[in-house]
Parts: sequence; structure tokens; C-alpha cells
Amino acid sequence: MAAADEVSRPRSGRLAWFPILTILLLLGPVCAGLAGTVAPAFGYLPAIGQTSFTMDPMLDLFAWTGIWRATFLSLGVGFLTTALSLLIVVLIVAGWSGTRVFAILQTVLSPLLSIPHAAAAFGLAFLIAPSGWIIRTVSPSLTGWDRPPDLLILQDPLGLSLAAGLIAKEVPFLLLMTLAALGQTGGHRSMKVAQTLGYGRISGWLKTVFPRVYRQIRLPIYVVLSYSMSVVDVAVILGPNLPPTLSVQIVRWMSDPDLSMRLVAAAAALWQALLVLGAILIWRLGERLVARLGHRAVVSGRRGRRDRVLRSTGVAFGGLAVVTIFTGLASLALWSFAGSWRFPDVSPDTLTFKSWMRHADSLAAASGQTALIAACSVLAALFLALGCLEAEHRYGLKLSSKALLILYLPILIPQTAFLPGLQTLMLGAGLSGGLLAVTLAHIVFVFPYVFLSLGDPYRSWDTRFAVVSSALGSSPDRTLWAIRLPMMLRPLLTALAVGFAVSVGQYLPTLLIGGGRVQTLTTEALALSSGGDRRAIGVYALLQTAAALLPFAAALALPAWVWRNRADLRHG
Amino acid sequence: MRFIVTALIALAPLTASAESNPSDWPAVLDAAQGQTVYWNAWGGSTTTNDFIAWVGKRVSEDYGVTLEHVKLTDTGEAVSRVLAEKQAGQDTDGAIDMIWINGANFAAMKDAGLLYGPFAEDLPNWDFVDVEGKTVQTDFTVPTEGYESPWAMAQVVFMHDTRDLPDPLGSMDAILGWSTENPGRFTFPQPPDFLGTTFLKQALIDLTDEPEALAAPATDETYPQVTEPLWAFLEELTPTLWREGRAYPQTGPRQLQLIADEEIDLAISFSPGEATAAIANDQLPDTVRTFVLDRGTLGNASFVAIPYNSGATEGAMVVANFLLSPEAQLRAQDPDILGYGTVLSMNKLAPSEREAFDALDLGIATLPPAELGPALPEPHPSWAERIAADWVARYGSGR
Repeated sequence: MAAADEVSRPRSGRLAWFPILTILLLLGPVCAGLAGTVAPAFGYLPAIGQTSFTMDPMLDLFAWTGIWRATFLSLGVGFLTTALSLLIVVLIVAGWSGTRVFAILQTVLSPLLSIPHAAAAFGLAFLIAPSGWIIRTVSPSLTGWDRPPDLLILQDPLGLSLAAGLIAKEVPFLLLMTLAALGQTGGHRSMKVAQTLGYGRISGWLKTVFPRVYRQIRLPIYVVLSYSMSVVDVAVILGPNLPPTLSVQIVRWMSDPDLSMRLVAAAAALWQALLVLGAILIWRLGERLVARLGHRAVVSGRRGRRDRVLRSTGVAFGGLAVVTIFTGLASLALWSFAGSWRFPDVSPDTLTFKSWMRHADSLAAASGQTALIAACSVLAALFLALGCLEAEHRYGLKLSSKALLILYLPILIPQTAFLPGLQTLMLGAGLSGGLLAVTLAHIVFVFPYVFLSLGDPYRSWDTRFAVVSSALGSSPDRTLWAIRLPMMLRPLLTALAVGFAVSVGQYLPTLLIGGGRVQTLTTEALALSSGGDRRAIGVYALLQTAAALLPFAAALALPAWVWRNRADLRHG
Repeated sequence: MRFIVTALIALAPLTASAESNPSDWPAVLDAAQGQTVYWNAWGGSTTTNDFIAWVGKRVSEDYGVTLEHVKLTDTGEAVSRVLAEKQAGQDTDGAIDMIWINGANFAAMKDAGLLYGPFAEDLPNWDFVDVEGKTVQTDFTVPTEGYESPWAMAQVVFMHDTRDLPDPLGSMDAILGWSTENPGRFTFPQPPDFLGTTFLKQALIDLTDEPEALAAPATDETYPQVTEPLWAFLEELTPTLWREGRAYPQTGPRQLQLIADEEIDLAISFSPGEATAAIANDQLPDTVRTFVLDRGTLGNASFVAIPYNSGATEGAMVVANFLLSPEAQLRAQDPDILGYGTVLSMNKLAPSEREAFDALDLGIATLPPAELGPALPEPHPSWAERIAADWVARYGSGR
């Protein structure tokens, strides 16, 4: 590694470049991509001969009959998903933190984080469809149905099944973010005081810890809001189609044979970005309102001790998310081995390896690509993140809250709003749709997660080790490589695993930047999903899940093995 | 349309000189050796994916051409990509070397000067193609002029699960009558999906009193009158559809899963052999059969085209030529593999090859040519565009 050479001849301040480089790396593509969206939204797209600025694309967008439904769908799914996910997480953490139930729930919810959204959505789709697994288990014995009922459950016009699929995936994300924030706020002491004063668990937590925690998880919440408003892959699988959500419609317009529709797509992308911005502002106002109500509740001094129902509700929903996603994955596994399997049979007539055999060749190729892109982008992101954190440690270059916002920008701005523009930019720069271009694009999305995952453990490292080390004559670099990084093996591997899962799950960046030439498990799974062949989808979704989950397993197992003789480091 | 003219002028020198001339075939074969061809084709059908993988194996063995199947969720993605490349000035070595293309996308790309050619009629295997009997030189009435090469014939059939719908339905009115009696058991892919739009066109042809108007571009005078019976039909049909028309399958193959799930009993297909192949793959129950309408059904050809900025033009031509070989055509027509109709003329083949085609078993759910009947010509693309857009406005954006 290049970094290893630099270690032997330290120059003061050279790490100071890392934060600047990183910010450029994150901001550059986002800003360029947005510019590439804004111009066609106002009629400027030289490739199809449009070189004058007009309002026509905007007018065309609002002349589309589905625009308001799609808009409210986007807003509704966004708010519903975010509010319910947050509520469930708050009930779980407030009601149960420190208990054994909580430890169990935390263990089973964490792996959900790495399961790709698309795989989870496929599983859920087969569970809840009128011809799905749930109805099959009770048909025809209990229901008398030998044909599935004609019910609009999947792809319902209100987007409820879409929201359900998203909530199951966002609860683990917010839970882990909340746990990280809890570690920094030292909430358990406040909780002890509150409980001594006779407050119920939930009421005490909400009144003493939540305000501090919320400040820390505000940006992750906005990420959930933006993501659920603009997600494409999950919405294609679970969302309505009459009309579809705004982002799905953008992707459709982008691929319309009538090339002038690309102007409307750009206008819609801009509208989507504004909607997300507006939704965040509304949420912000909601925060104020909740804060005011909360203040009143705190002053009232009510103890809220009868919270058993609320506590059970939180755990029930958390458990439901786990059960749903794992059962969905199990159904996909069964489909991948299924021969003939008709309604209302609960299991296939025959089991066969046919589906796995017929996809073996392309599976191998796609798995290789997936692993290569993930490994390269995650290592690059880790390198940058370590550089930034070490610069912060050595020169006190701490990220201000504004800089933190920049970090979040690539995951806060809807992908549909800037990726099409970025595609044009990368082509112009001669980075034509190869592995390198896709890897660079992945870094933009992987870096924020790697940085966030690594940041807290990095900062909480006991700096007295560094003092001892430099007193013994070690350079800062030697301290970093010989002491700090080895001690941080576990968080480093966790950050790698998080980044790997993020990279594996990327759909639009791989598709748009790779020009289709770069085929990962996720792009293959989505291409197959358009045909609805559950056996093929099962094969790809399972492998996609494995690609995201295995690194997590390694991140757990490896430190335990490496530090098998170092009890204090094993949990460090 | 000024930009199209500008684009054509700008591109003219490129398409003429940069690559080997297809009429000098040995030079094409030389140049193709070692090239990698990225074939962008819709990836939603497992059987088609397997066929393309087989083509890749064969062209690699015989011509040293590596074929990569880029699986699209929508052919428009490929159009979009070529357009983006043109916008960025990448006029050579683009990401796409070959596209499985259909009428509307072909017309758009040809208009915008995004295609390489003409090449198709210079391919050696063009000699076997049935130019008299099959619509291989027009695509939705638009002349192909050698800018795309045919590889399969398609014709509309309806797949029905004989467990619940034993007898064929001979007309759109019969379909409406059956669907009214059996609500929730029929649906079609959501337009503007290719197959969904095909259903609308098929209904239009079967219902209209003025089928001859469809050969010419739709005008503001002809359009309302000719399509009026279609909208009356859909007003009655839609509430009887699966999910009362409040949701639709997004693509053709989705309907296979719906039949297997017992959700529907009747579905449209653009491939007479699709049902047989799907039964062989456990995707459909073996009780499914196919039928055509009494007054005939739509037929057209599937084509491959080469983008103007492909870096492997020769390799792509070699693949297009291989697709026209009796060997590839025979495999494509095998009902257990694809069941696609051949574009070749039996009279132009060697006797042994003709026998091989004759020896093909049709398959359990495929109609023999006599029962399939003649393929009706496609309407001018302006009709498809307008009815699809109108359908979206009336039914496709929520009511």
C-alpha cells in the first residue's frame, strides 16, 4: 500500500489534505450531477439539439396527470416510513435498553441492516401477496380459497406495502444509529436518576435522554426521509404503478424511446430534490412542535409508569420486522430450489438444483464483479476516512456541523436527482462506464457510512496510549500503525463490513455510471425482477444477501480469533 | 425536427468510413477476432437469457468473438445510454455494441442518427432470410433499410389455463364477455410496456371498423373515429380485470407467475412458443394452452441493431450474422428452448436443414402454423404511441 511507504518519513501537516480531498470527492460528483440535472430541466440538452432555456419541461411535468398523486405518494411514504421507524426505535430503546430482551433484539436486528433492500422487498412481496405464503398456509383449509382472493395488497395505491417494506429495513438502521449516539451521551446515568424519581422507563427516557440523542441522530433521520421518498428498487417491487412513485417515473422517463422525455425526467428530478428539501423543512418544523409539547410534558412531571402496553408494542414491531425479513428470505431460498409450485401449495412439489445450475455462469461473473467493486471502493473509503480521522486527532481539524452535512450530502440528496447528470459528466471526462468509474461512484456513497461507523470508536480510543508511545520515542505514524489500528481491529472490520454492504446494495449508480457493462448481483437481480421469475430472483437475492452478510460475519469472527489470547481487546 | 437533420449530417462521415465494410466479409471476420460485443437485451426472460448465453459460446468457438449479455430492465435504457454518450461526445468505443430492439425504440434511434449501418442486407446469411413472406424489412411500417437485422418472428397468441378456461376465445368481444362473467381473472402488462401496448393494438385491430386506416400515420381526423370502439371496449373491460384494473403486471413474463399463482387464467404473449418453454421450465402449469383470434393476430420480427459509436461493429455483425444461421434459428425455434419463429425461408435452405426444422416437435402448448394463421401487419408507430399515451392518461395515472 502506498500509505505504508509514507509512514517512514513523516512530514508535518500532510494529513491535513485528507479532509479537503474527501470533501471535494463527495461534493464534486453531487454538484456536477445536480448541474447536469438542472440544465435539461430548463430545456438545455445539446445532444438532442435543445440549446435554449425554456420552462417547457417544467410545464410538461405538471401537465402529466399523475404528478400530484406521485408527489403525495412520495411525501406520504416518506413521512410514514420515517415517523413509524423512529417511533418503533424509540419505543424499543426507551422501553428496553439494558435488558436481556434488548440485547437479543439488538443481535437479531443488526444483520437486517446489511440485507439488501431489494432482497428484503422480494421476500416481503411473496409473503403478503394474495397468492403469497401467509395466505397459502391457511388456504384452502381455513379460508376455503382454492384460488387467491382478488385483493390489492401489493402495489396498493397508497403505498402502504412499500412503506412496510421500508420500515422493516429502516428500523435496524435507526436503531444502530441511536445506539451509537447513546454511547456518546451517557444516557444511562440520567435514566437511573429518572427511575429513582419514579419515572416509567419510556417516560423517563423520553424526557431525559431523547432530546440529547435526537440531536445526534437528526441527520440519519433525514437520510431515512430522503431515501424512502426517492427509493427506486424497492418501489418497483412493492410500490404502486397507477401512477408509480415520482422516482420510478423519473427512471421510466429516462428510458423513454422519445428522447425529449429526458427533459421532463430532469424537471421531475429537480422537483424530487425540492420535495425532499421541503419534507426536511416540514420535519424540522415538526421537531419544534414536538419539542414544545415535550417541554410541557417534562414540566408536568407526570411519571408515566403504566407503559407496559407501549413497551410491548415496541418489541412486537421490532420482532415483526425481524420475522418478516427472515421469513421472506427463507421463501426466496425455497423458490430458488423449487420445481413446480402452484397455489395453494405451501411448499413446492419437487426440489431441484436447476435454477442454480442454469444461472451458475453469470452468477460467478456477477459475484466477482460485486466483490471487486465493493473491496476497492471500501478500501479507498476506509483509507480516506482514516486520513480524515487521524488529521482530526493530530491537528484538531474537527468537522464542524456544516462539514458533517457535506458528509451526508451524497446520501441525503435523492440519487435520481443527480446520478443522471453525473453519468453525463463522467462520460465527458472520458471515464466511460468501466469498473473504475463505478468504483469511484460507489466511494461517494460508501464513504459516509464508513466514516460514520468508524468515527465514534476512533475518537473514543484512549489517547494515553499515544502519550506513552511517543514518550517511548515513536513517531505519530508508528503509533498509528503499530498501536492504534491493531487495537481498533474490530471497529475497522465493522466499518469495512458496513461499507461492503452499502456497495453491494447500490443499484442506480452501478446501472447509470457503469452503462450496463458492469453487472453486479444487484443489477442482475433487478433486471431479472422485471420478468418476475421467482426462481431466478430467489437465486440472485440469496447470493446478494450472502455477499452483504458474510463480511459482517467475518467482522465478528476475525477479532475473536485474532485476539483469542487478549481478553480486553476482544470486545474493544 | 431540425436536430435530427443536424445529427444525421454530423454523423454521416462516421458511419460511412470508420468500420470494415460488411460486403467484404473476410475483412469483417478478421477484425471481429478478439472483439468483445456487449449485447444489450432485455434480461427479464430466463429462457432468452439462456439462449443468448449459448450464442455467446458458439460465436466464441467459431469466430473468437466474446459476447457479453447486458441485461436490461427496459430497452429504453440502452437508447438512453447511447444518447448520453453522444451528449458527452463519445463517438467511438461506446458502451453498447448491439441492441435487441423493437419498433418505437428503433424508429427513435434511426431518426436521431444513433445507429450504425446499413449492414443487415450485406450479411452472408441474409441470403436465407424470407424477405417475401415475412415482415423483415419493415419494423412497425418503418423501413429498416439495413439498419437492423431480424432474428426471430413473433406473433400474438393468448395463453389460457384450461383448468379454468377450457375453450379458446375467438375475438376481443368474446374476451370481454368471459372476463365479465369471470371478473379478476384477466389482465395485461401495463402500457406503455411493449406487450401491453401490443394488447391495445391487437384490440384496436380486432374492434375497429376501419382497419385500413391503421397503415397510414394517425391524424387528428382519423384517430378519434378509428379508436372510439377501443375506448368503449376498455371502459367495459377495465373494471372486470385482475385487481379491478387498479394494478397491472409490469411486463409480459410477470403474467406467467400470475398464472402459476392461480391469480389469472388468461394472458397475452408475443411468442407462440413461450407457453411451451415456460411449461418445460416449471414456470407455467402443464394445463396451459394457446389460441389466436378468429380474425388473426399481430405479427412482427425481433431485430438487433448496432449503435453508431460501437467499438466492436465487426464483432456485432458477426453475432447478427450468426443469429441468422440455420443452426441458431433451429435452436431458437426449439420449443423447449425458446420457441421463437424462424425468419428464414425454408425454400432457401439445404434439404438437410429443412428436414431438421420439419423434425422439430411443436411442443405441448404451441399452435401448428396452419392454426396460427397469417400474421396481421403492425399499424404505423404513430398509432401505438397515441393509444399508449391515451391509455396512460385515462387508466395509467390513477383515477
